[in-house]
Amino acid sequence: MPTQVPTVYKQECAACHMAYPPGMLPAPSWRRIMTGLDRHYGTDASLEPAQVQQVSAWLLANAGTYKRVREEPPEDRITRSAWFARKHREVDPAVWKRVSIKSAAQCSTCHTQAEQGNFDEHQVRIPR
Amino acid sequence: MLNFRKFRRMAVETGIGLALIGGLPAMAATPQTELLRWQQAAGQTGDAAKGQVFFGQRHGGEWSCASCHGQPPTRDNQHASTGKKIAALAPAFNAERLTDSAKVDKWFKRNCKDVLSRECTAIEKADVLAYLIGLK
Repeated sequence: MPTQVPTVYKQECAACHMAYPPGMLPAPSWRRIMTGLDRHYGTDASLEPAQVQQVSAWLLANAGTYKRVREEPPEDRITRSAWFARKHREVDPAVWKRVSIKSAAQCSTCHTQAEQGNFDEHQVRIPR
Repeated sequence: MLNFRKFRRMAVETGIGLALIGGLPAMAATPQTELLRWQQAAGQTGDAAKGQVFFGQRHGGEWSCASCHGQPPTRDNQHASTGKKIAALAPAFNAERLTDSAKVDKWFKRNCKDVLSRECTAIEKADVLAYLIGLK
């Protein structure tokens, strides 16, 4: 996670989901997401134009460039990225369905330090 | 005689006065003033019982208000798709709620579109606020 996170990112984006590290998606994916906020994965997440501008600039400046992240995932979903599937291949499909886990979107359910941008596997605690 | 200094002081005082008149309602929003705002827009009193039904109902789509806020919305709940924690909505259980008109407008606009595929009417908002304020 970049050390400087805009307040608007924490306030607006992270009201409904975790404040995802911008490096988890490539720039073209973030660009598409930020130009379609009124239809954002089934919800209206629209922002004021100035806020869109501010968040977009920050996301694009910090977007993923690492080789495995450079690939644009289906639907611009972090969880559909090839690297995401590979990193989670040891997790049984039944585990994802647990009520205590519910959604792959909520990284911090298992990655206890995710909010701080730490996805180290030693910090993983999978709820029963 | 109105010299420059006097004129400047008057101008400053008038400016402060105007700022207070203009700024106070927004700064001092409370659940009650938010309810009044929508009641005035609707020309009717909000009905808590109607608000309760509205809040728990689906309106043709997949979600109700309660899908994310819970019912009654007096405790922390989880976002229906992401699982992110959503703090209690009823103001008696969360003092921050309904104290910022801009936030109230923003979230009504977004969330009504998610639940009803349109914006809510003034009376629908007044009913829901009456319901939320009535939760103790």
